[in-house]
Amino acid sequence: MLKVENVSVSYGARLALNNVSLELPAGSILGLIGPNGAGKTTLLRAICGALPLQTGQLRVDGADLRCLSSMERARLMAVVPQANHLPPAFTAWETVLLGRTPYINWLGQVTSRDEQAARAAMERTHTIDLAQRRIGELSGGEQQRLLLARALAQGAPILLMDEPTTHLDLQYQYSLLDQVKKLAHEDHLAVLVALHDLNLVERYADRVAVLVGGELMALGQPAEVLTAPLLSHVYSMPLSVIHTRPGGPSIILPAG
Amino acid sequence: MKPSARPFVYSLIILAATMLLSISVGSVFIPPAVLANLFFSHISGAAPQTASTQTFATILFELRLPRTILVAMTGAALAGSGASYQGLFRNPLADPYLIGVASGAGLGAVIAMGIHWPYTNAGLLAIPIAAFAGALLTVLVVYELAKVGKTVPTTNLILAGVAISSFASALTSYLMINATGEVRRALVWLLGGASMSGWQPVLAVLPYVVIGLGIQMAMGHALNVLQFGDEQAQQLGLPVEWVRRVVLVTASLTTAAAVSFSGIIGFIGLIVPHLVRLVWGGDYRRLMPLAIISGASLLLLADVLARVVMAPEEIPVGIITAMVGAPFFLWVLRQAKQQAYW
Repeated sequence: MLKVENVSVSYGARLALNNVSLELPAGSILGLIGPNGAGKTTLLRAICGALPLQTGQLRVDGADLRCLSSMERARLMAVVPQANHLPPAFTAWETVLLGRTPYINWLGQVTSRDEQAARAAMERTHTIDLAQRRIGELSGGEQQRLLLARALAQGAPILLMDEPTTHLDLQYQYSLLDQVKKLAHEDHLAVLVALHDLNLVERYADRVAVLVGGELMALGQPAEVLTAPLLSHVYSMPLSVIHTRPGGPSIILPAG
Repeated sequence: MKPSARPFVYSLIILAATMLLSISVGSVFIPPAVLANLFFSHISGAAPQTASTQTFATILFELRLPRTILVAMTGAALAGSGASYQGLFRNPLADPYLIGVASGAGLGAVIAMGIHWPYTNAGLLAIPIAAFAGALLTVLVVYELAKVGKTVPTTNLILAGVAISSFASALTSYLMINATGEVRRALVWLLGGASMSGWQPVLAVLPYVVIGLGIQMAMGHALNVLQFGDEQAQQLGLPVEWVRRVVLVTASLTTAAAVSFSGIIGFIGLIVPHLVRLVWGGDYRRLMPLAIISGASLLLLADVLARVVMAPEEIPVGIITAMVGAPFFLWVLRQAKQQAYW
């Protein structure tokens, strides 16, 4: 689906991403991990076009992303940002409808198709009951689900998420990622999600990419990548990976 | 009546009422019956029957009506561009003055007046052009100064705007002090007194206001998307830089049109969009047209007050908008029960 080929990005003289290549196939979740400042957000921003590439290419089904207008790009990939600084006066329904921007004409006329797509996205994310509430009245978890609904309303085959669980309580972290998992496995979306919590990555990601200092250090199945030696090296502290039972989930903890 | 149509119907009724008030009230009161009669005979082409109706007709068609339309357009232009700037900069304090547009337009207009353009017919048309040139030049300078790489951070834009605005105002004051004969006239103009009468100023600003406000109204959806920030707007498929340029240029165009014949009128561009938001909500697709209609009504009302409070002397309308507008706005703000209206 999405191919990132030899992408480098720099902020002034500092190289923030160095020659990163990865592939995002449809129907799976790629978890992106790495310590703070490793370039996770930079990679996501480069992919969605917010940062210029110094070198490299971004391709979706062979087409160069840079040749697309922002509208065409938005039909291909939707971004779930962190729920910070949202305009409080918008209602949930208005917010989700904005996901239809790549299909709405300049006068902002919303068709019944747009409304159907928005309603379906809200039902999917269990936010339909919030429709008439204002963003300012919603909790962090509700706002985050709303942004997922807005991204789904965009109808794009690629979903990029930047730390979507950061401000969420435990049960919302799992319910949000359960929804994302269904979207990948049942609706065949290609999902790239940056996460802090290694246990969530272990549980939900089909593959894991590890960024350190702007370079891709490892890429593979969670069982191959999430090992004690590699993680201890990446996070510069001793970590243990405890297997609960053979073939079952594992828990990542500080060693000792 | 469909609920979505209600705000428009109410606002248009208020506009009609204030226009009626504006054409009948002044140093000479024209009673409603006479008004109706005058319009009827004007349409049917009948000659006025008496000398007094002849006088009323002159006052109505040569003075009151063009002034009413000019004031309405000015209010509409200021409120419309105020709403656009607030949406564009996501800043509730934004108005045509914040980024220096109005000061730049004022400087352009004062230069045009200084070289005696306005005293010929062709020169009259040149004032809005000079004001627009001043406004656009200001925007371009501010935009270039605020630019970091390819983007223009809002904070930079506002800071550069405030600085350029002070500079342009200082130049304007300097020019006015030097142009001794014009000082009083220019001062009255600068405080927002419609100092020119007749149909010519109306026709001179009409195209700017209609085209500028028309395009801004079409940007309602884009302004809605922009409220989530430039980056999210881009991700939602909005060509952010393009939208920004279109709104900046058209809002400057309408600001310049408003400034060129009515001077610097404070407060309308700031408070009208907030009033509309408080009462009818912040959706820019509705906010833009409603602010435009209400801006016209509010400035008309202020202009009527300016004519009557010290009659037969006229007060510059800018004084009224600030003196009455500020307390009124504060009262509305206190009444607002809805929390996050912005």
